[in-house]
Amino acid sequence: MSIRHQRDENPAGVHLPLDPLPGHSSRGRLERVLRRGEFAVTTELNPPDSADPEDVYNRAKIFDGWVDAINAVDASGANCHMSSVGICALLTRMGYAPIMQIACRDKNRIAIQGDVLGGAAMGVANMLCLTGDGVQAGDQPGAKPVFDLDSMSLLETIRIMRDNGKFLSGRKLTTPPQVFLGAAVNPFAPPFDFRPIHLGKKIAAGAQFVQTQYCFDVPMFRTFMQKARDLGHTEKVFILCGVGPLASAKTAKWIRSNVPGIHIPDAVIKRLEGAQDQKKEGKQLCIDIINEVKEIPGVAGVHVMAYRQEEYVAEIVDESGVLKGRQPWKREIRRDDQIVAERLDHILHDEITETQVDMVKTAH
Amino acid sequence: MSEKQPAVTQATLVKKAAPKSDYKPADVSPQRRVQRTFAVRLWSIRHSRLLEWFYGRFADVFLLLHPLWKGIGYGRVEAPVKFVEKRVKGFMFDCRMCGQCVLSSTGMSCPMNCPKQLRNGPCGGVRANGNCEVEPDMPCVWVKAWEGSRNMKHGDKILTVQKPVDQSLRETSAWLRVTAQAAAAREAAQNPQNPGASA
Repeated sequence: MSIRHQRDENPAGVHLPLDPLPGHSSRGRLERVLRRGEFAVTTELNPPDSADPEDVYNRAKIFDGWVDAINAVDASGANCHMSSVGICALLTRMGYAPIMQIACRDKNRIAIQGDVLGGAAMGVANMLCLTGDGVQAGDQPGAKPVFDLDSMSLLETIRIMRDNGKFLSGRKLTTPPQVFLGAAVNPFAPPFDFRPIHLGKKIAAGAQFVQTQYCFDVPMFRTFMQKARDLGHTEKVFILCGVGPLASAKTAKWIRSNVPGIHIPDAVIKRLEGAQDQKKEGKQLCIDIINEVKEIPGVAGVHVMAYRQEEYVAEIVDESGVLKGRQPWKREIRRDDQIVAERLDHILHDEITETQVDMVKTAH
Repeated sequence: MSEKQPAVTQATLVKKAAPKSDYKPADVSPQRRVQRTFAVRLWSIRHSRLLEWFYGRFADVFLLLHPLWKGIGYGRVEAPVKFVEKRVKGFMFDCRMCGQCVLSSTGMSCPMNCPKQLRNGPCGGVRANGNCEVEPDMPCVWVKAWEGSRNMKHGDKILTVQKPVDQSLRETSAWLRVTAQAAAAREAAQNPQNPGASA
């Protein structure tokens, strides 16, 4: 019996890395999707405040078949949660394609390089290098901010580990990590004219894909993309535009004044305030923004961040139609496992007395 | 009689929005507590072109004095030079003595004043008014660095990717180190047969 495998899946097991392809630096799914020129969709897993692996699996399950990769956040907003390494360990076991976020806030270069090797060994194919929010933003403002590296030197460190097979110190690695390197950009914060140039610096340091901060101001993003195209960045890096639904006008106002780096224009808040069902309008707004940004040349995908509204990610992706009928990898029971399970179920639970003679009959 | 309204700063707004409590030291970062004004630092950034020119001459003078430093011994002059350097740069740029000065690549805005000590550009948390996310009243070091670098002749040095800070060089004189390196490079260029220089 032939078993049909999904595209971008290792036939020997979903948790195993994919075959290396020429020109690819990782053995992951996200890089394949992007390099094939397909419109990629990534999202963010809300990290649990628990030690139960099921919490991670349940939160990942709702994205099944709708996203190409899942960001495992590293204490975003400087709030304590399950670590990104831990989440990645769980997700890679089940065949998901996590993007391991590494923030410079909590770990020095010794810990980070160790985590990069550990993550890559577990099958993490994508790593996203971030500076990290300041500790003052989180639930433990008394913590010591580390910031030993910055996002740029972190990118360079991992690139050197991957391409030169060396630690930052120059000591050799026996097996370098094969990772697809990502960075974050925020086109919506000053200094605006420096931002596209800053992106170029990140590319020089090693960024292969970038995810942007929440985009609520499409004209501003368009200007940024225009400049990035003029500088030739869009040919060297895959840009995923960050989008997300706003739950209500009140949340939007709160985010605007309390979360650093998120720019929400007044028009957006007016639109939400004027709506009957603000939650629905927030979702519609997100879909409208996706539809606008997907037409901008150089945009390779979207990064849907639906914090505490993760259940809407599938609807948003579906209704915006960005996948154009393509189904990203979906965790499903393998056909052979399914047959075994059915057979076991039949033997254990159905009241049957099978003789060898009966078995031979059904086998023919 | 119009009463002069006190200026409402970003910090005040943030403080007002935060839950009330009598004493909250966490609102102000330790760095901010020692450094409360930025006037001189901002002046230096506004005059980055002038300082760039001055720094160029100054480095030449230091290099000319290389035989003197070498005569006395770099180890011996370290302490007095560091004493002066720390105070002068501390006054001009709020220097943190990282020991590996990159002022000329960052528009004369010292990146070690960034609460995240970013040396390669701004983070994503810069406020709409161009102030820092961590210290709401401080103009973002990197917004200023970009402005400063635009005035400078070699302002495009801001585009080079800086290596991570070598913490073992903290509290050492960057002036002497740069001078010693420049002198070594000059000597290497003069004696190409020197095995150390052929690399």
